[in-house]
Amino acid sequence: MTSGSGARQTGLIRQRTRSAWMFVAPMLVVLAIVALYPLAETIWYGFTDASLNSIDSARFVGLQNYLEWLDYGDGDGEWLGLLADERWWQAVWNTLRFAFISVSLETLFGMIIALVLNKQFAGRSFVRAAVLVPWAIPTVVSAKLWVWMLHDQFGIINDLMLTLGLISKPIAWTASPDTAMTAILIVDIWKTTPFMALLILAGLQMIPRDIYEAARLDQIGPIKLFRKVTLPLVMPAVLVAIVFRALDALRVFDVVYIMTPNSDETRSMSVFARENLFDYDNFAYGSAASTLLFLIIALITISFIYGTKMDLSGDKS
Amino acid sequence: MTRKQVNLLKSFGFYILLAVIVLQALFPFYYAILTSFKSGQSLFEVDYFPRDFDIKNYISAFEDGYFFSQILNSVFVATVVVIASLVLAVTASYGLARIRFRGRGALLFTILSVSMFPQIAVLSGLFAMIRAFGLFNSLWSLVFSYMIFTLPFTVWVLTTFMRELPIELEEAAIMDGAKPLTIIRRIFLPLLWPAMVTTGLLAFIHAWNEFLFALTFLSTDAQRTVPVAIAMISGQSEFEVPWGNIMAASVIVTVPLILLVLAFQRKIISGLTAGAVKG
Repeated sequence: MTSGSGARQTGLIRQRTRSAWMFVAPMLVVLAIVALYPLAETIWYGFTDASLNSIDSARFVGLQNYLEWLDYGDGDGEWLGLLADERWWQAVWNTLRFAFISVSLETLFGMIIALVLNKQFAGRSFVRAAVLVPWAIPTVVSAKLWVWMLHDQFGIINDLMLTLGLISKPIAWTASPDTAMTAILIVDIWKTTPFMALLILAGLQMIPRDIYEAARLDQIGPIKLFRKVTLPLVMPAVLVAIVFRALDALRVFDVVYIMTPNSDETRSMSVFARENLFDYDNFAYGSAASTLLFLIIALITISFIYGTKMDLSGDKS
Repeated sequence: MTRKQVNLLKSFGFYILLAVIVLQALFPFYYAILTSFKSGQSLFEVDYFPRDFDIKNYISAFEDGYFFSQILNSVFVATVVVIASLVLAVTASYGLARIRFRGRGALLFTILSVSMFPQIAVLSGLFAMIRAFGLFNSLWSLVFSYMIFTLPFTVWVLTTFMRELPIELEEAAIMDGAKPLTIIRRIFLPLLWPAMVTTGLLAFIHAWNEFLFALTFLSTDAQRTVPVAIAMISGQSEFEVPWGNIMAASVIVTVPLILLVLAFQRKIISGLTAGAVKG
């Protein structure tokens, strides 16, 4: 609606604004109940001494779950709490390492697959469908499936590598500390590269064709063409994809929980939090860990949205 | 090398690359199917091509107790979640996409942020709530908690879709004095069906695959959903894991998803890229 004036139009706008809020309200109420309130509760439990059986009678204990100086009374003492917990920092490090490696490789492979799918060739729609399959498989199923394929004695991966002469004896992929993280990474990269590829492909397809036409006339080589034309133009789409994947990778749970339970080398922040919440009877401590993970992810999200000046309202388009 | 040879080599390389891409994508699931038809000793021999065809694993998957009702549990939870999300999202996205009002940007920001919530961040709060409501070990606990990811996602994608629709449609209706609800029902719903099918399908897949909440809020075999059920199939010891059964169950819960994804391939891709919020 343009600048046309008159009481009728102002009234109409006011009425529309009111109805907008009425339409949005039910959704907002539900979101507040399922997201904001539980989040606030989680943060609260992080400041209490709650255990699984005493959630309702939890008492406020301040920052004790995060950091506390325990005085032995003889002039000696030690730091306790998450921030002094080696296992927590190990989980933080595992998660960051996992997120960095998986997102980097997914971006690389996603880019290659997207470039291939962006070409015209016979059977393209078949290949595009095939690429989607790993994404369609539930995480639990793909984790189990790969545990089986990576089995140290009966696994096809070891068999294949032995046949090809890449290894001389079978590797206990998920059980050995050296390879546990690699096993997790293989599954995650296999499963989520399609998502990356699709997002990058969508970006590639928005590049106008005539740019390539002009480049062809100027006889620019394929590598230079990719570096100077394709890459800069597809970069915004790639960045968005990277951030969404990174946020997803930072909260990784299913794959780790199923493939390598109780492994210090792969325990992620989410797994650490859940173990404390439900397995170690440390509800307050687990809540504090959840809160820290939330803070990390919130920081990244906010800086991303500001950093890219995302147009949320859609008013500019 | 002549120019022709170079081109030949190039297209040869390209098709090799294609073959690798297709093989890595399809092989693991092919191997799951292969394993699911094996039994006894042959399970522990690596085969690359089908040799056995024994449907024993499929029969025992259903005989072993709760698998059928677990599938129904998953169907029930995912369906109810999708319907509830779509109903709430259609009206909300109309308000967000078609009406300019103060605070809209902040609302969209909030919705986007919620869709990025790590599930673990609400886990202890939700657990306390669900116990207080008496919903522990009830499927409704999942219906309730899954809204945290399906709702922001459907609102976000439908808002994106609805924004693209031409404004003239609506203006004419406003001139005729149609109320917003009538506009949604008569004008937007018919145009929005394809988008709703897509987002509904994506939300369904997400709910069908969810693991953390289902693992935490349900405690008995009869109530579990299929991902947790599959995760919990185990043998007497580490050396007796019934891989044939696990693979058969996995194939059963995955084949419908793959068929859906292949059938709606184009729509799913457009939904994912419009949403770009959830994988």
